[in-house]
Amino acid sequence: MSNVSAADVATQAAALAGNTQGYWSGVIRKLARDKVAMTCLGIILLLIAAAILAPWLGLADPYRGAIARRLRGICWLDGTLDCAAVSTPWGPHIYWLGGDEQGRDMLARLIHGGRLSLFIGLLPVLNAFVIGSLLGIVAGYRGGTVNTMIMRTIDVFYAFPSVLLAIAISGALGAGILNSIVSLTIVFIPPIARVAESVTTQVRSLDFVDAARASGAGAFTIIRVHVLNNVLGPIFVFATSLISVSMILASGLSFLGLGTKPPEPEWGLMLNTLRTAIYQQPLVAALPGAMIFMVSICFNLLSDGLRSAMDVRT
Amino acid sequence: MSAPSAAAVAAPESSAQTTPPLLSVRGLVKHFPITGGILGRKVGTVQAVDGVDFDIAKGETLGVVGESGCGKSTTARLVMHLIQPDAGDLRVEGRTIGLNLTLRELRRGVQMVFQDSFASLNPRLTIQDSIAFGPKVYGTPEREALARAHDLLEKVGLDPMSFGRRYPHELSGGQRQRVNIARALALQPKLLLLDEAVSALDKSVEAQVLNLLVDLKAQFDLTYMFISHDLNVVQYMSDRVMVMYLGRVAEIGPVEIIYGGARHPYTRALLSAMPSMDPAKRTMEAPLAGDPPNPIDPPSGCRFHTRCPFAEVVCSTRVPDLLRQPETAQHAVACHMADASSGHSRAGSGT
Repeated sequence: MSNVSAADVATQAAALAGNTQGYWSGVIRKLARDKVAMTCLGIILLLIAAAILAPWLGLADPYRGAIARRLRGICWLDGTLDCAAVSTPWGPHIYWLGGDEQGRDMLARLIHGGRLSLFIGLLPVLNAFVIGSLLGIVAGYRGGTVNTMIMRTIDVFYAFPSVLLAIAISGALGAGILNSIVSLTIVFIPPIARVAESVTTQVRSLDFVDAARASGAGAFTIIRVHVLNNVLGPIFVFATSLISVSMILASGLSFLGLGTKPPEPEWGLMLNTLRTAIYQQPLVAALPGAMIFMVSICFNLLSDGLRSAMDVRT
Repeated sequence: MSAPSAAAVAAPESSAQTTPPLLSVRGLVKHFPITGGILGRKVGTVQAVDGVDFDIAKGETLGVVGESGCGKSTTARLVMHLIQPDAGDLRVEGRTIGLNLTLRELRRGVQMVFQDSFASLNPRLTIQDSIAFGPKVYGTPEREALARAHDLLEKVGLDPMSFGRRYPHELSGGQRQRVNIARALALQPKLLLLDEAVSALDKSVEAQVLNLLVDLKAQFDLTYMFISHDLNVVQYMSDRVMVMYLGRVAEIGPVEIIYGGARHPYTRALLSAMPSMDPAKRTMEAPLAGDPPNPIDPPSGCRFHTRCPFAEVVCSTRVPDLLRQPETAQHAVACHMADASSGHSRAGSGT
């Protein structure tokens, strides 16, 4: 390499400099081309932004009800197209998305509800992703006795149906949002750890891991450079598919009085309390469910898009 | 298991020279346990490698041949310590692993090229990162390691500018195997273990890679242990050839002697199965029938006696030692027929 020209050196320097973020910039570029995934990402980001900014959006007070206006329909869908302001204890108000069983503004409650619902949906899965991946990768990479100890312990948790396990842990810890997050985290660790273990075992048996060991690298370096980038994708895709389950389980816990308590706005809880009004105002009663549906399907489609973007073969 | 005296004669060149051989292996053993039942009880062992002795001198190419399952690949992995040997003595330039040679030093001096060119490259790393990984493990700065990767890519005939940042799936099998060779060379090893390195390639590509290996050997002053089941390729590449059968060495010697005047009936049967380019030269000796016996429960005595046309009682009762032949010092055979004192009726007759 002694007689290369200056131009060669320059291109080589560029190649050297640009190499470190090559893989992830490629993933982002491919994801940006996926219309479905980008739409879903947009919806999720919009909902998260709305939830965070809820107090500053000029919405009605989500806790204040107007008994005279309870179970009001969605004004632009009930045939009358009568979207005029009606009088409430806090002044004239337009119920753009109707009112709930206490006459509270549904739009305000749905947007405020996003704060808790998204939080309870995301945080347990995130916690379980970190802990479950760690357990699964260690079990899969080390194999043998370590694997047996970790995976058999996890199998014990698998013996219980997830809903029952969540209820049991929440019941033992007591009601509250924090406790329901802890219980949901424990519920999601076993499935994530199991996926992580099986993917890691598969990668571990490939020759490039042996080649890396033959290069004299230690277990930590091999996991960091050669195992993580091959296993995190599948685990991440699986974890995002659990977000919807987490939101539904959290709402179930709220319904049983183990999670969020009324009058706190939370989609699962709202769905449960509006259940009785399904014959009077089906559209209003379905709104929290529609939110849960939209968010879960968006997370699933986004995870799908991520998986194909992370696959270097496409 | 071979007696220590047999081990000594298996290494004629070590006594002839004062410098120790590059790699010296004595009594290498690996038995894989087979567990069964819910409690994981041991129900048997696969005697994958059972007392293998050989030396590789600096600068030579030792070819290793044998049927599938005879322990060729396991031997290579044991030398790399990718699998922990059960017993055996491994020396690199006279230094014993675990005694005055660390695992890290061993792996710096000895590198391996695997058969499956795709599985042996991380699909999520660009090929330049794969090659640069080894040097980085040993503390070479990122830039320097990448520069070395580019240099090696050029040496194996791939343009670093157009190939360096590609992923393995974007390369053909031959190109990937070139990358694997470059990766193995990145640590500047003295000995390269080529485990069926060209077996998965088609013939024209195989020839190119073989020529590359010959060039690189001269350029980097390398020593090869060339494992293959392709007898023609081994003949082309090797200085000496080791024939393995069911985890043991059957015969070892210079390539001309093994291919011209092999003494072990297994070697002869193996070579008679080699396709000849000359239609006048027809296969005269009966080729081997059936599969090798199960290594879980290998035959007693000489492991080849179940398939050997010359087997006698002594073959099933006594393990033949790997003995140096009186005619050629470098040639050693593990057969009772080659040992005048064995009691075999054909012993010493030079069949």
